[in-house]
Amino acid sequence: MKFITAIIKPFKLDDVREALSEIGVQGITVTEVKGFGRQKGHTELYRGAEYVVDFLPKVKLEIAVSTDMAEKVIEAIRNAANTGKIGDGKIFVTPVEQVIRIRTGESGAEAL
Amino acid sequence: MDQVLELSYALDTFYFLIMGAFVMWMAAGFAMLEAGLVRSKNTAEILTKNITLFAVACIMYMIVGYNIMYPGDGVSEFWPGVSFFLGGDNATADVIAGGEDAPYYSNLSDFFFQVVFVATAMSIVSGAVAERMKLWSFLVFAVVMTGFIYPMQGYWKWGGGFLDAAGFSDFAGSGVVHLCGATAALAGVILLGARKGKYGPNGEIHPIPGANLPLATLGTFILWLGWFGFNGGSELKVSNVEEANAVAMVFVNTNAAAAGGVIAALLTARILFGKADLTMILNGALAGLVAITAEPLTPTPGVATLIGAVGGVLVVFAIVGLDKLKLDDPVGAISVHGVVGMWGLMAVPLTNTDAGFGTQLYGLVVIFAWTFITSFIVWMLLKAVMGIRVSAEEEYEGVDIGECGLEAYPEFTGNS
Repeated sequence: MKFITAIIKPFKLDDVREALSEIGVQGITVTEVKGFGRQKGHTELYRGAEYVVDFLPKVKLEIAVSTDMAEKVIEAIRNAANTGKIGDGKIFVTPVEQVIRIRTGESGAEAL
Repeated sequence: MDQVLELSYALDTFYFLIMGAFVMWMAAGFAMLEAGLVRSKNTAEILTKNITLFAVACIMYMIVGYNIMYPGDGVSEFWPGVSFFLGGDNATADVIAGGEDAPYYSNLSDFFFQVVFVATAMSIVSGAVAERMKLWSFLVFAVVMTGFIYPMQGYWKWGGGFLDAAGFSDFAGSGVVHLCGATAALAGVILLGARKGKYGPNGEIHPIPGANLPLATLGTFILWLGWFGFNGGSELKVSNVEEANAVAMVFVNTNAAAAGGVIAALLTARILFGKADLTMILNGALAGLVAITAEPLTPTPGVATLIGAVGGVLVVFAIVGLDKLKLDDPVGAISVHGVVGMWGLMAVPLTNTDAGFGTQLYGLVVIFAWTFITSFIVWMLLKAVMGIRVSAEEEYEGVDIGECGLEAYPEFTGNS
């Protein structure tokens, strides 16, 4: 099983969600985060004083999938979240040790 | 004829009461404006300050402030004497007796109209000291300000004291209310110090953006509306053609000055900063209103717009200037009410031939000096006895938790 973490631009969330639905992903967790990569920020003025907007709002998606689904999920996210402009985000893949469904106690692949 | 006099009395009394209610509504305006310009962790506390100072002002003014400011016959033109609580009201017979000295409005309606003015002056202070002053120290100051400091300088002008005798002109209070409030705020800000993190060691100025610009905008519109009562009611009478026309002119000029202030601040911000800074524009509207408050009757609407516009330009520079002087004023109160209050006073002779630049300056200096010195002393005493600033930890955590024990936006912090 794999854990896929994706940082994407917030306005792309709906597109990504739809794309994941289409390939059969049944559950995702979404967090609002801030961050920057090579995109960096810009400066603004508030009442004449300069401030740097370093951290840009992003959305983090976390999805646990079976190993054979992982490639499809990555492709789906990449295609849906891509704008071609700097700041599109990144996808991280990590191994999952265990998954348990709270309601029934199922574990492993059945819990995905 | 009796009936006409009675009706006239009733109308003028009604006018005071309604205009007073409009000015009371400005308290909501200040509360929303300040709540919108501070950080969310300090919002409940500033709202608490706003409503409690209003109550303190009403009570102190009723107990002693009103009689200091309007003793009828003061002991001297400097000292009004002290008496407590409110007197009775007029008898019908006195009203219908007619003539020059016959009362034309209810005494209590006059108190009501005046009490909301002292509350306005006091609430100017709350914005300037926001986010780091102890609530209870602020309230003790409010007791002294509304019971003594404000009424004394109010007596010297509106109560018939020496400033009035000298020919100093201040229709609705650019000096008596706005400059006075801003000066008390300035004294407080000097002794209080800036918010942590506002100014850097090498002269950098760090912005601390407000948490809720919709509230700040709402507050500004509410103040704009309330100001019609503030200036309109200060004509003090509406029940004949001349007075009714005067009131209409005051409303029109008040509105025009606010509009002028908005556009001027918008353009100034655009030129200086490259974008339309909403917070500067909101301050610009208020600056326009403060600027016209000393004389909203004699200018033409066109001139009133310009007077307001000058206020709008001044306020932007004043806000930036105060920051350069390391005087941290989170909402721009000292700039709006103090700097532009001074402009309002000095603009009077431009359209009012009964006023002179010399006497206006005299009044300005007296109000400033009195308020600054007395306020400074009170703030200093408070600082020594109970402290005026919250601890660094409490400032970091937010005064909502420290002073009020609750949060203004509990569900938005992610702790629900």
